[in-house]
Amino acid sequence: MTDFEDTGSRRIISLLMENAAGALSRVVGLFSQRGYNIETLTVAPTDDVSLSRLTLTTVCDDHTTEQITKQLNKLVDVVKLVDLTEGSHIERELMLIKVRAVGASREEIKRTADIFRGQIVDVNSSLYTIQLIGTQEKLDAFIEAMKDANILEVVRSGVSGIARGEKLLTL
Amino acid sequence: MLKDKNTATGTIDAGNTLTEMNGDVEMLSGGDMIARVLEEEGVEFLFGYPGGAVLHIYDALHRNKSVPHILVRHEQAATHAADGYARATGKTGVVLVTSGPGATNAITGIATAYMDSIPMVVISGQVQSHLIGEDAFQETDMIGISRPIVKHSFLVKRTEDIPRILKTAFYLAASGRPGPVVVDIPKDITAPTIKRPYHYPKEVNLRSYTPAEKGHAGQIKKAVEMLLRAKKPIIYAGGGVIQGNASEALTALTHHLNFPITNTLMGLGAIPGSDEQFLGMLGMHGTYEANNAMHESDVILAVGVRFDDRVTNTVSKFCPNAKIIHIDVDPASISKTVMAHLPIVGPALQVLEEMLSQVKDAQSQPGISNQPDAKALEQWWSQINDWRAAHGIYTKNRFDDTTDKIKPQEVVQLLHELTEGQAFVTSDVGQHQMFAAQYYLFEKPRLWINSGGLGTMGFGLPAAMGVKLGNPDAIVACITGEGSIQMCIQELSTCTQYDVPFLIVNLNNGYLGMVKQWQDMQYESRYSESVYQDSLPDFVKLAEAYGHVGIKVTDKASLREQMQKAIETSKTKVVFMDVYVDPHEHVYPMQVAPNGAMNDMLLSKTERT
Ligand SMILES: Cc1ncc(C[n+]2csc(CCOP(=O)(O)OP(=O)(O)O)c2C)c(N)n1
Ligand SMILES: [Mg+2]
Repeated sequence: MTDFEDTGSRRIISLLMENAAGALSRVVGLFSQRGYNIETLTVAPTDDVSLSRLTLTTVCDDHTTEQITKQLNKLVDVVKLVDLTEGSHIERELMLIKVRAVGASREEIKRTADIFRGQIVDVNSSLYTIQLIGTQEKLDAFIEAMKDANILEVVRSGVSGIARGEKLLTL
Repeated sequence: MLKDKNTATGTIDAGNTLTEMNGDVEMLSGGDMIARVLEEEGVEFLFGYPGGAVLHIYDALHRNKSVPHILVRHEQAATHAADGYARATGKTGVVLVTSGPGATNAITGIATAYMDSIPMVVISGQVQSHLIGEDAFQETDMIGISRPIVKHSFLVKRTEDIPRILKTAFYLAASGRPGPVVVDIPKDITAPTIKRPYHYPKEVNLRSYTPAEKGHAGQIKKAVEMLLRAKKPIIYAGGGVIQGNASEALTALTHHLNFPITNTLMGLGAIPGSDEQFLGMLGMHGTYEANNAMHESDVILAVGVRFDDRVTNTVSKFCPNAKIIHIDVDPASISKTVMAHLPIVGPALQVLEEMLSQVKDAQSQPGISNQPDAKALEQWWSQINDWRAAHGIYTKNRFDDTTDKIKPQEVVQLLHELTEGQAFVTSDVGQHQMFAAQYYLFEKPRLWINSGGLGTMGFGLPAAMGVKLGNPDAIVACITGEGSIQMCIQELSTCTQYDVPFLIVNLNNGYLGMVKQWQDMQYESRYSESVYQDSLPDFVKLAEAYGHVGIKVTDKASLREQMQKAIETSKTKVVFMDVYVDPHEHVYPMQVAPNGAMNDMLLSKTERT
């Protein structure tokens, strides 16, 4: 799925920003303006409705990561920021995948979903919709495992993350 | 100073603010709120242009009367004039434009201010809230269009938010690393019928924005150790020193350490141009001594600079032996293009003062390691003086001053001599800009006003208006080219309306000279679209048509006399001095690119380092 550049590594940058009009476009705009790439992006309000939590993943070298975090911090709407990949952290992504499931393959698909601890959340006589939660790697692996099945549609939430232990990204 | 010939005969007097009281609370319309905020902020000049979406605001200004407005002839000029005013005075420039074309015309000036970190607040009208998104008449997404070129922006959604948002805009524009802030206000928000409580906050508190107030003392201590151990040090100072009002502190530190110092294009004036320790500008058209001293240095004290590509030349070859100390109020400027060995995030003034005091403390302790290496410094200075003697442009003229042709460099030298390096000089973009930067040695900060980052032709004339309005008693000159001046020439009319006198020195070489220079050097003199085919206007007649004084200079022998007269006359009138200079002059030194180092330079049409 991801095209890893040999000089770079994958980063998960998570930030709190004002839940204000235009804040998201400033973050996204910064990436295109400065030529950084975004692999995944997810954003939603937190328990504090005045704040949104945005998590994005990108592949870049140390120098670019430093620049990205500095430039993001410089945005007036960005309150706080962390590069989760700097420490131990938990990362999760949700995927819904719709596959053709008929004949012999129907049972095979269910077995594979079970192995990955996927749940079948919608069924009809000819297809399954499977929900899967895990790291980006795990979801990639599931798609790979489904290679021989007829994948009809894939939707992924993008990566969310949180640091392990006492480390917090709060005000 | 400000005389608007039109309103002098105006008759409208509709009273002041249309105030209504609700108990103790003043109820104001959005338009009146804006006028009041500008009054409370002490805005000396509002540069703008009216249109449908801002008519309520203009009516409020008309009634309020306490905010002098300068009606420009093009919104680009409003932003440049506000920018020039801001650069020269250190105060925030303020602009008011209408929606759609008014807003888009302002974009070039906003980008210009953004690239050079100039404090500016731009209020743009927007179509009525309920029409936004419908491709309404004169609708453009100003927030979207301006997003990459502003420090921050606001779309006002409720009338009662106007005071808080404008207060925040003024605070953001001027604090930390300054920059332009856009406030986009839909027309219905400013309607006279909608009155809301007016309360202007005294302070702004933003949890998401906390500019650095102090450099880290421990980092400064490490820097002091590096400076005292340096054998070939150099100070490289830029626009951040000017913007940060740190020129005196920088000069004091430079003198105390007896280090050589160079300035960027944006930093000229940070140390007096006549200072013995000043090596001139560095970079693409920097001096031989400045570029060599940078290249050979072992410690660079970089202050308020951003290692721009026009300074570093090829980054991988940049100053191979140097350890870099980088002071900047914006952490994102540090290690962006060139790695800093010692970053110090903080305001230039505070950090430089702390640095000098720590240097003095260190020196008062016993031990030779606490003293600068006097012997090494002496050798270093002797090396630098050799460079100066060999190819320095201040030790002798490196251009041919023996011909009959007027050389552009001579014109700038003469202006410098006659104004003693004390005039405000604005410029446009091109060869004339580089000649101005090289040959007008600025004695003070904020005298040199040019578009360094964006390189905006058309900047010089409107900027000069803003400078002169902010400094009515000063001598102001705009050094320009016949190409650039035509990009905002309509502002000659604004100068007439408000009696804003200054000197325009048009270094008329009959070409888009800087383009031609590159075509000479890289395209075998194929002048693709850098010539005007005899279409240039008669600038003297043009100036006269606007009610100004025009002077044509073609004779080298009379240059001095004409310049003297022009400077004198420019105290009361706009003087357009159209000087016919050698069309084939090139700007030197010029760094060799691509793949050149700091010290790889062309020194003339025939010499190379
Ligand atoms: C708005 C804009 N358009 C184009 C350029 C590119 N450009 C840089 S210098 C230059 C020529 C300027 O000519 P002139 O004003 O006559 O100055 P000279 O170089 O001849 O002194 C041009 C076209 C620019 N800097 N700004
Ligand atoms: Mg020209």
